[in-house]
Amino acid sequence: MSLTRKTAAELGALMASGEVSAVEVAQAHLDRIAEVDSRVHAFLHVAADSALEQARSVDARRAAGEELGPLAGVPIAHKDVFTTKDMPTTAGSKILEGYRPPYDATVTTRLREAGLVILGKTNLDEFAMGSSTENSAYGPTHNPWDLGRIPGGSSGGSSAAVASYQAPLSTGTDTGGSIRQPAAVTGIVGMKPTYGGSSRYGLIAFASSLDTPGPFARNVLDAALLHEAFSGHDVMDTTSIHSEVPPVVEAARQGDIAGLRVGVVKEFGGEGYQPGVLARFHEAVDLLESLGAKVVEVSCSSFSYALPAYYLIAPSECSSNLARFDGMRYGLRVGDDGTRSAEEVMALTRAAGFGPEVKRRIMLGTYALSSGYYDAYYGSAQKVRTLIARDFEAAFHQVDVLVSPTTPTTAFPIGERADDPMAMYLADLCTIPANLAGNAAISVPCGLADEDGLPVGLQIMAPVLGDDRCYRVGAAVEKAFEDRWGGPLLKEAPSL
Amino acid sequence: MTTTHTVMPYDEALERFEPVIGLETHVELGTTSKMFCGCSTTFGAPPNTHVCPVCLALPGALPVANDKAIESTIRIGLALNCTIAEWCRFARKNYFYPDMPKNYQISQYDEPLCTNGYLDVEVGGETVRVEIERVHLEEDTGKSTHMGGATGRIQGADYSIVDYNRAGIPLVEIVTKPVEGTDRFAPEVAKAYVTELREVMRTLGVSDVRMEEGSMRCDVNVSLMPRGTSEWGTRTETKNVNSLRSVERAVRGEIERQAAILADGGRIIQETRHFHEDTGVTTAGRSKEEAQDYRYFPEPDLLPIAPSPEWVDELRSELPELPTVRRRRLQAEWGVSDLDMAAMHNADAIGLVEATVTAGVPAADARKWWMGELARRANESGTSLADLPITPAQIVRVVELVASGALNDKLARQVLEGVLAGEGSPDEVVEARGLRIVSDEGELSSIIDQVLSSNADAADKVRSGKIAAVGALVGGVMKASRGKADAGRARELILEKLGVSE
Amino acid sequence: MSAITRDEVAHLARLSRLALADAELEHYAAQLDVIIGAVARVAEVATDEIPPSSHALPLTNVYRPDEARPSLTPQEALAAAPAVQDDRFRVPRILGEEA
Repeated sequence: MSLTRKTAAELGALMASGEVSAVEVAQAHLDRIAEVDSRVHAFLHVAADSALEQARSVDARRAAGEELGPLAGVPIAHKDVFTTKDMPTTAGSKILEGYRPPYDATVTTRLREAGLVILGKTNLDEFAMGSSTENSAYGPTHNPWDLGRIPGGSSGGSSAAVASYQAPLSTGTDTGGSIRQPAAVTGIVGMKPTYGGSSRYGLIAFASSLDTPGPFARNVLDAALLHEAFSGHDVMDTTSIHSEVPPVVEAARQGDIAGLRVGVVKEFGGEGYQPGVLARFHEAVDLLESLGAKVVEVSCSSFSYALPAYYLIAPSECSSNLARFDGMRYGLRVGDDGTRSAEEVMALTRAAGFGPEVKRRIMLGTYALSSGYYDAYYGSAQKVRTLIARDFEAAFHQVDVLVSPTTPTTAFPIGERADDPMAMYLADLCTIPANLAGNAAISVPCGLADEDGLPVGLQIMAPVLGDDRCYRVGAAVEKAFEDRWGGPLLKEAPSL
Repeated sequence: MTTTHTVMPYDEALERFEPVIGLETHVELGTTSKMFCGCSTTFGAPPNTHVCPVCLALPGALPVANDKAIESTIRIGLALNCTIAEWCRFARKNYFYPDMPKNYQISQYDEPLCTNGYLDVEVGGETVRVEIERVHLEEDTGKSTHMGGATGRIQGADYSIVDYNRAGIPLVEIVTKPVEGTDRFAPEVAKAYVTELREVMRTLGVSDVRMEEGSMRCDVNVSLMPRGTSEWGTRTETKNVNSLRSVERAVRGEIERQAAILADGGRIIQETRHFHEDTGVTTAGRSKEEAQDYRYFPEPDLLPIAPSPEWVDELRSELPELPTVRRRRLQAEWGVSDLDMAAMHNADAIGLVEATVTAGVPAADARKWWMGELARRANESGTSLADLPITPAQIVRVVELVASGALNDKLARQVLEGVLAGEGSPDEVVEARGLRIVSDEGELSSIIDQVLSSNADAADKVRSGKIAAVGALVGGVMKASRGKADAGRARELILEKLGVSE
Repeated sequence: MSAITRDEVAHLARLSRLALADAELEHYAAQLDVIIGAVARVAEVATDEIPPSSHALPLTNVYRPDEARPSLTPQEALAAAPAVQDDRFRVPRILGEEA
């Protein structure tokens, strides 16, 4: 079997036993990128030379007898929203075209320390704002299942790279669903860890109180291995949690859910949900029951207000976070002809450098924070946030995990919702509550929708710092489904 | 925007109007590192050498609050008798400006760390209580240099160049409540408040409070109400007031300016005004009538500050003796009058006198030298006492020399002059200038003989019993010895030589 | 009644430093009107007794010790600057206020 079809854990083992070298593994993936990425467009930047150099260094360290971690030499695709010293970092925006930061994000540093070989930077919705990767200034990414469809977003480059075997692992960031939704629509695993479980230092901020780095992989165990590799407290991020990383790898290996209490969120389902998505979701719930879980329905009434609260909080924070992109210190500068004022140059630069969705959200956030509107909009949204956290808390007194479809629909065609922001926002309907409350949540494949044959994701939500529960349930579901399907869902994807 | 230069004489203005003042003071904390990153805060470094991803607001960078800055702010709050918040947050103040890298300032909004305090100051022999509204923590901006214009000012410049070394230095803002009832002393109260505040900061050791380097900056609010009414007028906010003297001048100038406008039937525009150190005049800046919308919201990158009551109590118990308490104690120890104490306070001499006294000099002597000769010289050269190139230890030595009879006061003054001129230690000056009192009887005797022979008339008068004339002869001896003779001994010898006894 | 007018959007664009053409203002005004109309729902449940949450988790008091750490070199700091002069960031003329 080709090296690019192997899981990260398998590749790690093959390299540890000396059967293959990190250079061979890296080269195989670089070849795959060369073969398919002109059609998928998962990468904004491929760093072939530095990837091979990193791989050589892993091989040398291993040859010297150094004890290396389980992912040493495994290739990874890195979302282009994390700063990298040796590669451009654009956040998918024209305003940062060609920008090279002078420092590495903490997540980047930890990938390097774990010996992961960074193949390049992946495409995303500009500044991680979007659910389709169509908002990238550098063109959309295509879903490997159907190149005419979106790969989800904002981390669509990362999901597509893994789903098309260009990398066994990738990083993402999840602010309102930007890891789980792309994972769901490309048939892979994507995890949003507990907020603060990993560092945001060097993650170009969209909405600070929601942004969470997390892993993509083709199976639950690989996701857990990557999760463990880059998570943990960081002194550079005050909001990172000062406690042990939950035992995610152990949970992913164990996968026993007998006696587990599972809550089905009553508010998610019905109108606006694709029948094929709901059918697969109900099958997954039945599967959980057959594995020994106790399933109950749980009502979280505030979840209906999560979407509007999110579309106030996230734009408010982004309107401030993106103020620094003004053409004064780095990035694009437009209109500086020697006569215009700094104010005019800033406004011209930002108008030219930001795409429509970013502008929309900046203005929406500016509005929500304005005096006279603050209480009704931003203030109320923060109260909804409290209500959502309370609903989660009450629910987790009754059950160990909550489940829902990850997204209301399967991947939609590129262009379909491009000029209908509200329709686009609905893609995050089920994923947003976990962001507002900071909970852990994962999406695992649960089959193909009957009407379009496209992947459907099951979302498993756990309490804050209960990340291991996501992996435990995810692993159980994965194993049961793969037994039923005779292998991973992704084998159903057309070959590119 | 027009600038009126019409002013009403101060006395007349005060007859017709009553001033209400308020002060907002920014103090740069003397921490080792910046507020939210590890960059050094050292003043005067080459441009953009104390910058990092955080204080340059590079994409992805995050702030982490400096514990010392939090602690210093609480200590300031405690020293100003404030209530310390049990839970409060940083907030983002959003506005675009090239000297502010993030285009928002991390500050505090409706949840300041310290509230409701006061600072007592003394003016004209009376204690005035200045109430403190709030003390909060924020970060400083970078520094722009304006290029191309004729004046070097922002107006008319072609472009600017920015150094971000200062960006992110912790800044404490101390805001008073409006101060009423100061009447004609408003300028003095403002100055006394800033002086006292500076002393509190020094005593706490939280800042070097150098107004000339901008580590302490003042905004002065002034409004007037016509006598007999109780409704405050529209206030103006004067920025750039960067010396103690300017605080006083700015308040006085603004009272005179506003009085002229009001008396003329005009109205005061709520605006920011800029104080010009060179002319003492304020000019109009941004009108505040169209309120800025800063879109404050809680800073999501930083966690709330929740100082435990135990920690606050500990900080309170460790506060140093505060300036007013210390002054009262020293006044009692030194046995000086209120007036003398006030004079020393105004001349910033208390610390210097105290150091001199601690080294063993009687308080009266220490005060005499610092407040006499040295104060005069500081005044002449337009510097402060503390900036004179002389130390308390050197004063101690001079006093010792006088006490031992090696110097008289006149010679001692010359020694001080030499020390101030950089000629070395008191002993070195005495040596180099040859200032020791002439105590050699033979040398003194021969000087006296010369003086007697060249002043025969005076000598005759003394011989004939007019002893008062001996003064002129002693004067001659002092002159001939260039002040080094012991005047008392010279008088005795002259009378002896002339065969006269008193 | 529309939630937001074209003039208000022009004001937001000015506050946000976005130089938008008239046609864009119209376009965004229409979209923002729909979005604001939809998100305004949050006020339905946001009663007085509910405390607002600004953060995902209720943590407090995380600081760093007051220690100096290495800065960037001026070359690193200025490397991405659109314009530089005398080791400083060169910016267009600044309107108005004297800092």
